[in-house]
This record gives sequence, C-alpha cells and structure tokens, in this order.
Amino acid sequence: MTTVESDNAIAASLHRTEARWGERVIAAWMFLAALVAVVITAGIVLALIGPTIQFFQEVSVTRFFSTEPWAPNFKPDGFGVLRLVTGTLAIVLYSCVIALPAGLAAALYMNEYASTRARKILKPVLEVLEGVPTVVYGLFAVFFVGPLLQRFWPESIPGKFGETPGFQFVLAAGLVLGIMIIPTVASVAQDAMAAIPRGLREAAYGLGSTRMQVATKVVVPSALSGIMAGFVLGLSRAVGETMVVLMAAGAVASLSLWPNDPVLTMTAYIGRTSTGDISTGSTAYFTVFAVGALLFVITLIINLISIRLVNKFREAYE
Amino acid sequence: MTPKKKGSSAKEQDPAMVRVDRSADAGKVDQSTPLVPIIRTEDLSVSYGDFQAVEDVNLDFGKNEITALIGPSGCGKSTVLRSLNRMNDLIPTARVSGSVHYHGADLYSEKIDPIQVRRHIGMVFQKPNPFPKSIYDNIAYGPRVTDMKVDNMDDHVEQTLRRAALWDEVKDKLKNSAIGLSGGQQQRLCIARAIATNPDVLLMDEPCSALDPVATLRIEELMIELRENYSIIIVTHNMQQAARVSDRTAFFTVSIDEDSGDRTGRLVEFGATSHIFIDPSDKRTEDYISGRFG
Amino acid sequence: MATSKRTTMAVDAAKATTQKLYKSGVDIKGELFRAVLLLSIIVAVGMLGSLIAYVIWRGWDRLDWNLFVNNPSSIFLDTAGFAPAIVGTIYVMLGVLVTVVPIGVSAAIYLEEYADRTRWYNRLVEVNIQNLAAVPSIVFGILGLAFVVRGWLNLGFVAFAGSLTLAMMVLPTVIIASREAIRAVPPLIRQASYGLGATRWQTIRHNVLPAATPGIITGTILAMSRAIGETAPLLLVGATTFVLFTPESPFEGAYSAIPVQIFQWAARPQDEFRILAAAGAIVLLVLLLAMNSVAIWIRARLTKDT
Repeated sequence: MTTVESDNAIAASLHRTEARWGERVIAAWMFLAALVAVVITAGIVLALIGPTIQFFQEVSVTRFFSTEPWAPNFKPDGFGVLRLVTGTLAIVLYSCVIALPAGLAAALYMNEYASTRARKILKPVLEVLEGVPTVVYGLFAVFFVGPLLQRFWPESIPGKFGETPGFQFVLAAGLVLGIMIIPTVASVAQDAMAAIPRGLREAAYGLGSTRMQVATKVVVPSALSGIMAGFVLGLSRAVGETMVVLMAAGAVASLSLWPNDPVLTMTAYIGRTSTGDISTGSTAYFTVFAVGALLFVITLIINLISIRLVNKFREAYE
Repeated sequence: MTPKKKGSSAKEQDPAMVRVDRSADAGKVDQSTPLVPIIRTEDLSVSYGDFQAVEDVNLDFGKNEITALIGPSGCGKSTVLRSLNRMNDLIPTARVSGSVHYHGADLYSEKIDPIQVRRHIGMVFQKPNPFPKSIYDNIAYGPRVTDMKVDNMDDHVEQTLRRAALWDEVKDKLKNSAIGLSGGQQQRLCIARAIATNPDVLLMDEPCSALDPVATLRIEELMIELRENYSIIIVTHNMQQAARVSDRTAFFTVSIDEDSGDRTGRLVEFGATSHIFIDPSDKRTEDYISGRFG
Repeated sequence: MATSKRTTMAVDAAKATTQKLYKSGVDIKGELFRAVLLLSIIVAVGMLGSLIAYVIWRGWDRLDWNLFVNNPSSIFLDTAGFAPAIVGTIYVMLGVLVTVVPIGVSAAIYLEEYADRTRWYNRLVEVNIQNLAAVPSIVFGILGLAFVVRGWLNLGFVAFAGSLTLAMMVLPTVIIASREAIRAVPPLIRQASYGLGATRWQTIRHNVLPAATPGIITGTILAMSRAIGETAPLLLVGATTFVLFTPESPFEGAYSAIPVQIFQWAARPQDEFRILAAAGAIVLLVLLLAMNSVAIWIRARLTKDT
C-alpha cells in the first residue's frame, strides 16, 4: 500500500500554533453578555427576597394572605394582600373580556381575510397601538373614558350596578387596558396562525370550504397553542400593568369586582407608595417588596405557561 | 498547459463539441494506474446525535486526480466530504471517529486546528453562495481573513479569476455585486474564491445541481483544468457527470439494519471510474449505475 | 399522528360545505363572521384615533415654545414648561442606548452563533430572556431601587440609575430582535466563510453582522421607543420629585423624564396642569411616531432588498 503524500511543512502548519486570544476574549465577552439575562433574574429574586423575609418577620403570613383591611401605613395597620389581589383580578377580568376575543379576532382577520395591502396598513397601526406610552393611556382613561362612562352610565338598572361610578373606577381602567393589550394578544396569535403550513389551508379550500370554515375549523384549532400563548401573555400584561390602573382605577383596596367601584391593584400600590415619602426600613417600606415578590411569582407562573405554549406551537411546525 | 488553452477557446465552441473534446482526456487513469494518495481515511465514521450517518470508510484520494463520490440519497457521501475539511465541526451534534490523514497529519488529532485545515482544503457548495459583496471582495475575502502574503491584491484577484476562467467575463465589473452574476458565473466565482487561498485540495458538494446543462458543462471543463494543480473530490448525483469528469469513483450505499431499521451509509466499491462504470465488481454498484436502484 | 388530526379537520371543514352545495345566494353567516372580526379591529383603531384626538384637543393650546424651554412652575401655569424633563429623558435614553446595545447584540450573537442549544446553561439563558420579556415593568423598578440606586451600585437618584433600570427592562427586546435579524442571514453564507478558513469572529464581523445590521437597528429603535414612554419603573428609581431645574449630568442631580412629568401634572387637580399633561402627551406621541416610522421604514427597505 502506498503511503499518503507527506509534507512536513504543511503538516506543521495545520497545528494549533495561533492561540487566537482575540477570538477567545470575544467569545467570552459574548457569553458574559448572554449571562446578563440570568444575572438580572437573579437580581430581581435577590432584591425581593431579603426585604420580603424581613416583612414576614414583622407580619405573619396568615395576616398577609387575608382579607383584612389594607392599611400598611396607618394605625391600626392591616396587611390583607388579598384585597390587592382582588383589585388586580377585577382589572384582569374587565381588560381580558375585551382583549382576548378582540385580539383573536384581529389576528384571524389579519391572517385570513385582510389583503396584503390592508395588512400593510393594519400591522403598523397595531404596532403604534402597542407603542403608545402607558401614561398616555392613563390620561385617556381617567380624563376621557371615565367621564364618558359616567355620563352614559345606565342608572335605570336597580341595585349596585346602577350607581354612577366616582372619579376613578375599575371599568374605565379595564376598558382602556383591554384595548391596550389587543396588539399583544393579536401578534402572538397571528404568529402561530402564520406558522400553519400553507398546504393544510389549501387542502381545506381545495375541498370547497368557505373562508369562515377554514378560519374556525382549520386555522383556530391548528394554532390553538399559539392562541393560548397570546391569551396568557395578554393576561400577564394585564396583571403587570401599572400606569393605567394607578391613574384610573383608584386607590381604595376594596374587595369588589363591580365595574363601578374603585380598586387598588398590586402594581398600583407599589407605584403609589414609592412616589410618596416613605421611610426606608419601616414595615410599610418592606410591604412594597412583599407585594412585589407576590406580583413577580404570579407573573412568573403565567409567563412559564406562556413560554411552554409558544415553544409547543414552534415545535409543532418546524 | 494544454488544458488552459482549451479553456480559453471553449467559449467560442458549441457545448456539444466541448463534451466530445473533454471525454477524451477525462478518466485519464485505469485500474492499473498507481494512486498517489493525498488524503486517506481510516475507519472514518460520522454520527449526528444518535444517528450513525456513515460507518467505516477507508478511502484514498489521489493527488491531482478527480475523485467522485456517488450513491443514493442518505448514503453519507456528503458527510464524508464534509469530514475531510472538518466542516462537520460546525454541527454541534456531529461526532467523528477514525482518522483522516493529510500530509502526515491526522486531521482529527487534538493538535490540529480546524481553521488551518480549511485553509488547505477548500470547499465549493451545492448552491452558489457568493457573499453579498463585490466580485473583487469575494475573491479577496479568503486571502484577507487568512492573512495570506499577497504582494498585490489586484494582481492576485486577476490571477485567480483567470485560473477559474472567469476573468474575461467579469474584468469590467469587479466592483459590482456578485449577486448580479448568473447562477453558473456565481458558482465559478465560488470556485475562484475557494482557490484564491491556494489550497491543494478542493471539495465540491454537488456543485452543479442548481445549474442548467450549459453552465454545468463549463464547470466540468473548469474542473478538468484545475486537476492540473489541485486534487478534487466531488459529490454528485449525476452519473454522467461522474463518468465524464472523474478519474476514480467511490460508490456508497445505505445499509438498513434489519432489527432496528437504522440507516447507515457505507462504502461499497472504489476504483478507476472506467472500471466502476464498465465492469463493477459489486452487484449493488452495477444495479445503481444501470439505474435499477437508487 | 398530527397529520391525521389535521386531515380530519380539513375534511370536517369540507363536509360542512358539501351539505350546503345546492344553496345559493350570499353566505350570510360568513359575511357576519367577517364583519365581527373587522369590528374588533375597528374598535381598536377607533380607540387609538379618539385617544390621539383627545390629547390634541386638550393639549393643543399649550403646545408652544414655552413648553420646551421653560421649567415647570406651580405659579406661572400659562408659561410653565418641561425643559428639565426633556433633558432628563435625553440623559436617560443615551444611557440606555450605550448599555443595552453592546450587551444585547453580543448576547444575541452568542445565542445564535456560539451557543450549543443542547447545553442546559444555554437553555437556561433562553428561558430567562423569554421570561424577562414579560416581567412587569414595575418589578424592574424595585430591582433598580434595590441594586442600582442603593445596594451594590449605590448611584443615588440620578438619571443614569434610570438608564440602567430601563436598560435591564428592554434588554430582552433588543436580544430577541437581534437574534431574529441574525437568524435571517442565510447559513450558506456562513458555510462559505468557514470553508475559506475564516474564524468564527471573522465570519460574524465580515458577513453576519453587516447583513443583520438593519434588523438590529430596527429592533433597537423599537426597544428605545418602549423605554422612552415607560413611567412605572422610573417612579421607583427617582424620577419622581418635582424637578424645577435641569440636572447637571446623568450622574448627579435630581432628574425627571417626559412621561413622569406627564404623570405628575395629571395627578394635580387644576385644569391647567391637565392641559399641560395632554400637551406633554402630544410631544411624547410625536417622538414615538417618528421613531416607529424610521423603524418601519428600515424594515420595509430590508424586506424589499431580499
């Protein structure tokens, strides 16, 4: 057997002679940059955990998770966070009633009905809707939508529902928040719809289906996990939004789901308390972190569900 | 130097003429011609995760010869090709065992720098993939990134384009984007780009599969010219192409494990192209070449 | 498995049709369905329209030069402006830009070009980024308060503390957009570069980054426009006090920002302040619209080229 042609100079040049330190330094920098995301998450947990533990040394867990009056800054004090959770729930309820169906409908229209030209106009409009600062939505909710709803409130309805709301109330904030998160729901849902293979849709059309049948019987079931991911993400935004509820939903930690009552949400409490003067190290100061920790845990759970759903629809068609 | 002259005159010729002309000197070796190996694989196996793509390949690739790797889809011929210049390293799940000898070095030894390997063993891909830069910058890219000693880059670009028989077509538009060239010109530019770093081996992974017949003939002609200075290894699905251009042919096939149903590529037969195509030793080779299988 | 389910769905859709094969005329149900879908978009767009109409109607009279050059005042309401907030926003946004772009783009390059996705730590990074993208903005305010204003960095209530807080908030946006831009670069281009003996960084620098730059710029502008309108986290990291004077630098002095100033004005009972708030909202909206338009324009040019 002949031997392979050999050239020692070439063989030597193949060896790892250059250490390429530049390459290594750059790679290390890139990795560190990616680690920043982990560091931020760890930072959030660390920032919340210490003060929260201190809070629970002064206030019992059972008092915190109760419906006692919410008054961390008063005497006698009260720490019934379930009142804030109820406030958040009320906001989520009214905003999602609008955002979820409208977001799904918008996604369906964009993906199945709109012409390319219409889509080219609608997509930036939805993006602008998503880009409007929350403080502007807050202004709009408290000074325009609120007074409008008050003027046309159906007072003829007997009972609690017929009472005209005051300056700040759930429905004004929930309504505006709902509109605000339509684009979030729509864009995730539409991503999932766009990921459905063309052939599937064409097969249904080829068998003589109408657009509506394709939309409801093929597109929606096929994109279900993505649509759910959009819903869950919208929910997460409703839970975490601060400015609109801070400006328009009120400051009363009531245990009410009525649309015409004011409520105080977890986020609004944090925002409101930190704007005012509050002495570092007081129990009221630690309350901000305890409520923040609860908020973080709730949104973390919601987000992890949404991430799972998104990954599921991505895998399904890749 | 005869091939070079032929290359410059080929443009004026009818493609059919070129074919006749070339088939005369293609397949310059026969079974008795001694092979001077430039690359040798020993028990080369490649797997991607749990999937064993190809197993136990022992092959010698001849210096200044064109070696064709043929076989049905999934037989691992492209995988073998990519393991010769360590392109498989770019796939995180790829694992290579066995050895690849080149100039007295085992390319898979710890001491070897894969980047240096690719500077000696160039590659041309299935689809023409010029960079979205000017024609000039496409050629100059390799010498620049490898810090090659080039006295005058303008001259080097011209020399390279001349060797790839592309100079006359592009000399007036060197600053134009390479994307504006036709598919066949793009692929010849990619070949020129690969030889600009002065490699001594060229790997070609189905270089003509995206081209029309006329552009294909131009590339085949170029390959025969380049054989003078380079050792070429080509993967092809096109039997006629293998027969037309290659000196030696390696035939691979897929073997299916009866128990697990796993598909693994294996080398069946290797020999002078004339031998493989006219008088194959293995029944499977004969079936594939005569079109009964694959 | 999945295919058979999908096929069933397609067949179901078709069956429903064949039953109505002989019916003629307009498909009333279908048209109604389409109208309902369209309505939801009209409501959303209508709401956007009335929001813009509202702030313009309320704020138009105070949209004058004083607004931009004067300091806030509780006495001279007719000529009060928000010059310190404008300067504060510029400081804060410059700080966001210089911190988030290098880190965000580098992280995106790592995840797309270096990371082996089968490794647990790379998956951890990915899940972290996906989660951070949906963490409520006010939580970043708590983080900024604990570790940027006080704690490790102890910067105090200065504009750069606001920058770092917002940078952490929009980092996932920049990473996700940059990754998409990098992923859109054809793998064939990378292979060609590696095949010529280029190193990883050479390939990234000469081929991947030039091709991905428009997408990265678009993503960065969108992230910046999100940061510029953000209020809640800034409430916790200092941009809260009624700032009467322009801060000396990003690193010293109390600061404000445009959205925070709007919030401050809106919270006051006098009508003049509410008008000022609406005028501030117009400025903010115009600024954002301009930024979004640039981003959309770059993206449109990008899709035309390829």
